[in-house]
Amino acid sequence: MLLKIEDLCVSIKGKEILKEFNLEINRGEVHAIMGPNGTGKSTLASVIAGKDIYDVTSGKIIYKDRNLLEMSVEDRAREGIFIGFQYPVEIPGVSMNTFMKTAINEIRQYRHEEPLTAAQFLKLMEEKKKVVELTAKLSNRSVNEGFSGGEKKKNEIFQMAMLNPELSILDETDSGLDIDALRVVANGVTHLRSENNAIVVITHYQRLLDYIIPDKVHVLYDGKIVKTGNKELALELEEKGYDWVKQEYERKKELQNGKI
Amino acid sequence: MEKFNAFIKNSFNKIRASLPANNNEKVNSFRQVAIENFLKKGLLLGKLENRDNFPIEKEISDDYEFQLQPTPYQPLDSIFKCKIKGIASNTFAFFNGWYLHSGNPITIFPNGMIIGSLIAAIECYPDLVFSRLGKHRLAGNNSLNALNEAFFTDGIFIYIPDNVVVEHPMQVVNLISSDQKLLVNNHNLIMVGKNSNFSLVYCNDSIHSENSFANNVTEIYIEENTIVNFCKMENKDAKSIMLEHVVVEQKSHSQFLSNAITFNAGYVRNQFHVTLAEPFAEARVNGLYLVDKKQVVDNHVFVNHAAPDCTSHQLYKGILDDEAIANFNGHILVSQDAQKTAAFQTNRNITLTDEAKITTKPFLEIYADDVQCSHGATVGQLNDTEMFYLRSRGICERNARMLLMYAFAVEVTSFIDIINLRSRLNEMIQRRLKGELSLCDQCFLNCSDRKNFSFEIDVSLL
Ligand SMILES: Nc1ncnc2c1ncn2[C@@H]1O[C@H](COP(=O)(O)OP(=O)(O)O)[C@@H](O)[C@H]1O
Ligand SMILES: [Mg+2]
Repeated sequence: MLLKIEDLCVSIKGKEILKEFNLEINRGEVHAIMGPNGTGKSTLASVIAGKDIYDVTSGKIIYKDRNLLEMSVEDRAREGIFIGFQYPVEIPGVSMNTFMKTAINEIRQYRHEEPLTAAQFLKLMEEKKKVVELTAKLSNRSVNEGFSGGEKKKNEIFQMAMLNPELSILDETDSGLDIDALRVVANGVTHLRSENNAIVVITHYQRLLDYIIPDKVHVLYDGKIVKTGNKELALELEEKGYDWVKQEYERKKELQNGKI
Repeated sequence: MEKFNAFIKNSFNKIRASLPANNNEKVNSFRQVAIENFLKKGLLLGKLENRDNFPIEKEISDDYEFQLQPTPYQPLDSIFKCKIKGIASNTFAFFNGWYLHSGNPITIFPNGMIIGSLIAAIECYPDLVFSRLGKHRLAGNNSLNALNEAFFTDGIFIYIPDNVVVEHPMQVVNLISSDQKLLVNNHNLIMVGKNSNFSLVYCNDSIHSENSFANNVTEIYIEENTIVNFCKMENKDAKSIMLEHVVVEQKSHSQFLSNAITFNAGYVRNQFHVTLAEPFAEARVNGLYLVDKKQVVDNHVFVNHAAPDCTSHQLYKGILDDEAIANFNGHILVSQDAQKTAAFQTNRNITLTDEAKITTKPFLEIYADDVQCSHGATVGQLNDTEMFYLRSRGICERNARMLLMYAFAVEVTSFIDIINLRSRLNEMIQRRLKGELSLCDQCFLNCSDRKNFSFEIDVSLL
């Protein structure tokens, strides 16, 4: 098992967001997580990445048989975790080249590999730019600075391609994309899909799932996964919305409470 | 300060006859006026802004020595390793206030440029020198300038004729190294004719000079249509005091770009006084300070818009670590006739600790009504969200900080058009941020000999 989340409880500023959340992911799988706004999808991604503004009050995250919560942000990345952020940040003055070169060489150093030479690095950049059909010259552009919404999302997939992660979590990478950009992002992801890697896509739309057929579709609500299905579930959610899932969940909860 | 003033008075009486060019009437009266001005006011450090932050008064003592003879000649290379490879075409050096040369105090170039010792120039080109020397007094005098003018031993004299484009920058190195506690006054005079283009890299370094006190004045006169690039750097001992006053006068359609870069300081005070004397002159007065430990850096900029249609920009940025202290005072004066002035000022700071202190004070004094002026100042930490984003890609905290600090700093140097110079400066900035610059026991320009470090930001790709 690549990732196992057990009874994870997360709060921010005293507010409980994830409540006894559970999820298991194996290599080679693609999971989709859907759910109404504000239910904690991005929170989940951030906690896995190691953002320290969240309080993990209880529960466990086991990644590659290690306690993920004890690892530093950078070590998680070096161990193959990649988050495609919902809102990628702009970093004026830090060029994409420097950013990626530093990241890759630090990861390689962590793995006791030789750093890439300038030529190898540039070759890799060119190769991976093609994956997301990025034509812009990146060398002297600052990270995400002045990028359009679509370019920022493509840039996340580009970084994913460069870093070749084992577990990718793409947080609404498909939001705000036109059909072309969506196709590019989806192709990029498909290209990177392999037996060895797992991908989690957090999305509101099933249109991305036309390209990336998920093994499982989960609905996050009230801090936990309340329903799991296959691709058909995504279609159903898009057609009917979340109300029926919510009702189903509340009824179950009442029943349980009644029993107690 | 009473004691210091008395010390100065006594010293002047004692050594005036031994000061250079003492057989020159004009120089003698120049010194006389200066000492009188100084004694009238005294060392006006009490008037320095925010002096509570600056323990300089405690550092200035009243037992300085004056070096009244040049040290026997040694080639610069033998005392100081400085290599701006392929950047500066010529290097001129001063050692404890004296021009370092092997018999030729003045160099005349085929294109008519004259560069060398100011004292020698006073002898050879008195009319040229006295057409400008000390003219800045009209533009506003202060007691530090007066102190400098009374005691100056020498300084660089640069004359660039009309219509001369100097392709490569020239370099001046002011070096202080002594077992004694020296008070050094360099007085520099730079005159650049019409339609010319000139760049100067001006370095202040000290080696083994724990308690030296340098008090320099640089006068720069820029004629019509001329571009002057002035890049000034400090890498000083922890206990040295360096006060430097740069006075600039610009004629119409001229451009002045300065970068005051402080890599290491004991106490450094950089004062720029720029007068836009004629229409369509443009000044960009920039600065960068990267200080740590108990270093103190004090930047004062005064831009005087005395004519209409002129533009000025000030961009000062600083990163402060440990208990470092920085002060920024930016004063923009727009006189009544200076209509259509555009004047902008920005000061941004990053403090890495709670103990680092920064005081920033804009001062706009505007008497014209058709002007466009703005100022902004910020003091902050490194951005958490940016840090997190970098780290989430596998970059360690230290390198993420480095990348962000580097990005912050190089905005200042981005205005330098000379690519070689800019990339060398950026390299130094990088080394300074990695904590390596302060380890270099000599010049920070001595980079080429050092071993490569395991992690390198690839500057060429930025
Ligand atoms: N920095 C924050 N400060 C306070 N509340 C936050 C913060 N970040 C997220 N939240 C709250 O946590 C909840 C979950 O947010 P989020 O994980 O972004 O939801 P989703 O991604 O599912 O839309 C929301 O109610 C949001 O208001
Ligand atoms: Mg979200």
